[in-house]
Amino acid sequence: MKIRAQIGMVLNLDKCIGCHTCSVTCKNVWTSRQGVEYAWFNNVETKPGIGYPVDWENQDKWHGGWVSKNGKLQPKVGGKFRLLAKIFANPDLPEIDDYYEPFTFNYAHLQNAPEMVTPPVARPHSMITGEVMEKPEWGPNWEEILGGEFEKRSKDYNFKTIEKEIYGQFENTFMMYLPRLCEHCLNPACVAACPSGAIYKREEDGIVLIDQDKCRGWRMCVSACPYKKIYYNWQSGKSEKCTFCYPRIESGEPTVCSETCVGRIRSLGVILYDADKIEEMANMSDEKDLYEAQLKIFLDPNDKAVQAQAKKDGVPDSWIEAAQNSPVYKMAIDWKVAFPLHPEYRTLPMVWYVPPLSPIQNAIEKGVIDNRGPIPNVEELRIPIRYLANMLTAGDDKPVIFALKRMIAMRNFMRAKRVDNTILTEVLDEVGLTQDMVDDMYRTMALAAYEDRFVIPTNHKEYAGETPFDNEIAFDTRSSCGFSFGNGCSEGATTATLFGGKMHSNTMNGKIV
Amino acid sequence: MNIFLDQFFFGYYPYIAMTIFIVGSALRYDRDQYTWKADSSQLLRKKGMLWGSNLFHVGIILLFFGHFVGLLTPEWIYHPFMSAATKQIMAMIAGGIFGTMCLVGMLILLNRRLFDKRISKTSKFSDTFILLYLFAQLLLGLLTIPYSAQHLDGSSMVALANWAQHITTFRMGAADFIIAEAWVFKLHLVLGMTLFVIFPFTRLVHIWSVPLQYLTRTNYQIVRRR
Repeated sequence: MKIRAQIGMVLNLDKCIGCHTCSVTCKNVWTSRQGVEYAWFNNVETKPGIGYPVDWENQDKWHGGWVSKNGKLQPKVGGKFRLLAKIFANPDLPEIDDYYEPFTFNYAHLQNAPEMVTPPVARPHSMITGEVMEKPEWGPNWEEILGGEFEKRSKDYNFKTIEKEIYGQFENTFMMYLPRLCEHCLNPACVAACPSGAIYKREEDGIVLIDQDKCRGWRMCVSACPYKKIYYNWQSGKSEKCTFCYPRIESGEPTVCSETCVGRIRSLGVILYDADKIEEMANMSDEKDLYEAQLKIFLDPNDKAVQAQAKKDGVPDSWIEAAQNSPVYKMAIDWKVAFPLHPEYRTLPMVWYVPPLSPIQNAIEKGVIDNRGPIPNVEELRIPIRYLANMLTAGDDKPVIFALKRMIAMRNFMRAKRVDNTILTEVLDEVGLTQDMVDDMYRTMALAAYEDRFVIPTNHKEYAGETPFDNEIAFDTRSSCGFSFGNGCSEGATTATLFGGKMHSNTMNGKIV
Repeated sequence: MNIFLDQFFFGYYPYIAMTIFIVGSALRYDRDQYTWKADSSQLLRKKGMLWGSNLFHVGIILLFFGHFVGLLTPEWIYHPFMSAATKQIMAMIAGGIFGTMCLVGMLILLNRRLFDKRISKTSKFSDTFILLYLFAQLLLGLLTIPYSAQHLDGSSMVALANWAQHITTFRMGAADFIIAEAWVFKLHLVLGMTLFVIFPFTRLVHIWSVPLQYLTRTNYQIVRRR
């Protein structure tokens, strides 16, 4: 057993209002530079839809994630030789049009236009060529609130094994929001596919990062990531990805997307896991076993033996304590109401989702909801269970039904308690919850106060050495420069630019390139 | 060419070029690794990459190793197997095939680089320059084939190989082997050596980083300690 800790995230989709605050704040902080205008480390998609980049979930097309081949795990892009053979021209790389051609509007024209017969319009200009674009054709939220025809949206990968035609009818239509970011996987395919070895997982908090100095731009990671959350910066020639706002996490603060979430849907907390089990658990022969397998990697932080081993493996005490109060642990493991996104990609993602509830399908027709006891039949929810299962459990309905029932039970119980002043224990019995558990669920998921959502211990740099404070590591970074381009504290932007052009430039100034 | 130029370009220039090549590369690697990259533009335009980039790269890599082996293999190693004349014919055929592959690929890439707005607008000067430079060098290289065909005894090739071997082993009088050769060989050599001079200042540095260590990496996953 080798215990490591990771800061995981859970997104409660039941509360997501699709406001894109997470995406916008993330963009302002991380991807406002030339070369990554098209990149959204966080974006919110309306489902059903094919998403951004187009059809990203379909790995028959993009070859992301892993395959289990002759009992061994291998990146779907190919073994080592096959991967290197793609280095000159990568057939699995999306083109920028699969994301969208970034654009700005010619706002100045509105002020400077001469007198005209028709009012002046600000036309979109490409941020790559600077030329007028006929029209933008795609984007990170193009199918916003079911935009576009069903015919196209129904190509959604999660509709596989579903008779989908009826969901195109107005009466049966359904939608949900899916905010997406890097999953900071336990078994990241991007790391495995990087020929330079520039991508790595941090031992202390599980954050997956790209070493910008070591990246050579072979762009295999873009293909290997099944979530398409690695973006090639065409200006710097390096790949970039969500950093999980590691400078904030290190000092105990939530990521920007989590901090600014108005729906309070995001929780952050420590998960302890057994690193020795990763390979075995990612290699289940049946895809449907992968969700349960990943649960087996996680360890109970309240178990004394686990605590002792964690300490031995160098997990700081404050992290073990934080793991015991982790909202992520509670939702994913204790209550089993959160699920990994597409476990069938075998990357063991660490950003989990609570499936959304939806109105009872035929309630309007009948005027009332069928009374089948305290918990209505979840099969009658407007969002098909199988659709959620295809997204969250590789098609296994049972765990999703179980989670939704628990959430409905929590609502019924709390409503009875608050409104009718009665204690409905039979509701809880049906889904195996106790009153203490449901109170905690209510506090963590419904109220979701800041300190309950974010239980983030600070990073202990002083533990990096053999014994605390016996080395310079903790002190070396003190007073040093933070985020920079180029070597160390150098901005890298010399006027001579002997070794290549400028390192970065901000392109969110509304000017046309 | 007069004697001074011959002595300079074929006696001293090789050493100047190699020094700039090595020191320049080392400095850039040490000081500016953020700029050390392949600088692919495939994301912006996929069209033409599959044929263009593959033909160009495979062609030029084979040409490089052809030159490397051809110029630096001493006569006593290959003489038991073949005569210099046979070797010259082999070099002309192999060079012709690889050169044509490279030429086709390069034409596709050049067309993309110069006439595709997305690529041309986002190109640095050095991106376009290096491609045109390699194109000129490739044409010169292909042009040496008809010149070689005028004397199939291998003497020219042996002279060039002697020059290269004298240079790499720091022996005097290397330039003397070249003086009598045709202009096209001389120009091809000078452009070739200049390629090493400009190498550290362009995207060519990605050649140093050919990721062969990936094949020997035992573990797929990489975890960094604090």
